[in-house]
Amino acid sequence: MVMIEGGPFRHDADPNTATAPRGVGHLRGDVAFPTAARAALTDSQLRRNIGKATGTIRAKRADVVAEVADWEQLREAGRACKAATMARLPELLVQLEERVVAAGGTVHWARDAVEANAIVVDLVRATGSDEVVKVKSMATQEIGLNEALAEAGIAALETDLAELIVQLGDDTPSHILVPAIHRNRAEIREIFLREMPGVDPELTDEPRRLAMAARTHLRRRFLSARVGVSGANFAVAETGTLSVVESEGNGRMCLTLPDTLITVMGIEKIVPTWRDLEVFLQLLPRSSTGERMNPYTSMWTGVHPGDGPQDVHLVLLDNGRTATLADEVGRQALACIRCSACLNVCPVYERTGGHAYGSVYPGPIGAILSPQLTGIADNASLPFASSLCGACYDVCPVKINIPEVLVHLRARHVEERRASRTVPNAEELSMAAVGWVMAEPRRYAAAQRAARAGRMLAGGRGRIRSLPPPLSAWTASRDLPAPPTETFRDWWARTHADDDRSDHTSRASSSDSGRHTS
Amino acid sequence: MSARDDVLARVRRALATDEPSIGDVPRTYRQRGDRPPGDPALIDLFVERLTDYRAHARRTTTDDVAGHVARAISEGLDQPGRDRHAPPRIVVPSGLPTNWLSATDADVIPDAGLTVDELDACDGVVTAASVAIAETGTIVLDGESDQGRRAISLVPDLHVCVVRTDQIVETVPEGVARLDPGRPLTWISGPSATSDIELDRVEGVHGPRTLHVVLLDG
Repeated sequence: MVMIEGGPFRHDADPNTATAPRGVGHLRGDVAFPTAARAALTDSQLRRNIGKATGTIRAKRADVVAEVADWEQLREAGRACKAATMARLPELLVQLEERVVAAGGTVHWARDAVEANAIVVDLVRATGSDEVVKVKSMATQEIGLNEALAEAGIAALETDLAELIVQLGDDTPSHILVPAIHRNRAEIREIFLREMPGVDPELTDEPRRLAMAARTHLRRRFLSARVGVSGANFAVAETGTLSVVESEGNGRMCLTLPDTLITVMGIEKIVPTWRDLEVFLQLLPRSSTGERMNPYTSMWTGVHPGDGPQDVHLVLLDNGRTATLADEVGRQALACIRCSACLNVCPVYERTGGHAYGSVYPGPIGAILSPQLTGIADNASLPFASSLCGACYDVCPVKINIPEVLVHLRARHVEERRASRTVPNAEELSMAAVGWVMAEPRRYAAAQRAARAGRMLAGGRGRIRSLPPPLSAWTASRDLPAPPTETFRDWWARTHADDDRSDHTSRASSSDSGRHTS
Repeated sequence: MSARDDVLARVRRALATDEPSIGDVPRTYRQRGDRPPGDPALIDLFVERLTDYRAHARRTTTDDVAGHVARAISEGLDQPGRDRHAPPRIVVPSGLPTNWLSATDADVIPDAGLTVDELDACDGVVTAASVAIAETGTIVLDGESDQGRRAISLVPDLHVCVVRTDQIVETVPEGVARLDPGRPLTWISGPSATSDIELDRVEGVHGPRTLHVVLLDG
């Protein structure tokens, strides 16, 4: 990240340690979004799968949200609670640590993915186990924990059904809630038949049968597991209580049966008080799976003697969160409770799927979260992966103004690039030219007439399919409508010939800016 | 500098310039329902929400609770394709009222620190509950002696849960207010389920595949 002297955007004084490090974890794609999206758009099966799944969940969510009369009040409470959490984060983190330790747990702190992975590897090694069972967790996906454990000779077994599908298929997640959303039932059946030892060869693609196959596959591993690894949906600073919200019971298995439990949690997952859960446990299930309540929510506070793991750890992770917190506009992304409602309503996500975003956080929330965690330079195309339609903001249960942050990050990106370069690029040159032209009505009129010459570039259907550099950057991803034969200003002059000529210039200018009232 | 001090210093630095204000959380949402715990309309709502998620519900009085628990066990285990012991093996927490089990022909096994494999050899579990929330069809267990440690209501495939009707509140905030965060808490809303295949819900994965709730009046 680049320091901008006197610029409108503030950045951490030590960028190399504040953002998520390169070379570890899954926050950066191999290719930029437009390239990845172009490939995804040619996969019609992928689009059908995602379209069907997001359509289903949108309808379910709408139904269960509609039956809550005080939904907007809950959203506002959720937003305010998270904003207050961010404002008080230092004291709340210390309070959470105190309460967890007082309840018999151990708290670890990790500046980044590398440190968090090392902490978990050491903790697992200390148990002597070479296998861990895992509850689906975005934080451990983000830091690439499974790969770090594998390097240390420790097998990490994903137990969430969708994570299992992804792991068995040697695939990558494409959705926050349902990482295998890009797979339909027939594809899941094929993966199970191919990769599950001892699976019933008569397995059908009926979802219930597929779920049963997963149950059989994982049962022994749960019952013999000695180490569980989880994330956390919420951590209550006031009480030291951690919670995991889930559906299948794989979470309960991992949180309850092993001797050792290691929870990796981003520092933003805190809520101040016990009572705050009454808000989020209403917002999350309805926004996420479209259920009034998810089947299982587990809550534990340190060690409970005689019940569950007796060796309990909490790893508090920064990995770019403090860099995000430093941005006064962008920090609202830290309020995210990972419901994925914004993915399910996003017209861009619905067409490209999650992989194109290159990060474990895809969709609208990913487009504002990933670039802030990594530094914008490493995910520069993501803030542009949106049509700014605002559907994500409407469904967000904690009212994150995603379009606002997208626009903010686009501006930050331009500022940062300008600050890091002495030679302006094509976009800046064109913007500067447009600025010069539009500052003076006579120049603008002349430019419009010049643009009519552009009709010669257009084919028979009035579309310009390619322009010479540097304007080719625009036409690479979209056609440009040919300029009309007559500009608005010329039309106005021709049809309003009786109007007072002395007033013409200013009135036409007003019309051009959308205030035409006659 | 330790990672702890470093992270805390970064957080403070990130907030230093604008010092965001700590606003009050507006709690204008519903904090209590319209009906008191145990109200007949609440019980109806609770039953409707339970069955919507394919849990089974039955109502009874103190006189016949044992009979209903026995029927819940036999119906719960009467599933096609299910392996079961004869007589069925039912684990119970140490503090469960013994008269609830007087009518079942199952082999009742009190949990005195059973191993995971011993729990896996049980067909079902009977527990009480701590709180129930009508609007969401949720029961919450808190590890009290009539509910037991978390593993016993997890490993067996059938969960029979006896809920006193005066434990049923209308809303989530009322439920949260009645719980003690110092205890290990398990919120249960229907049998285990997944939405991971095409985002459609199917019941029955790793947790108990069958949930029977016995509502005890008075």
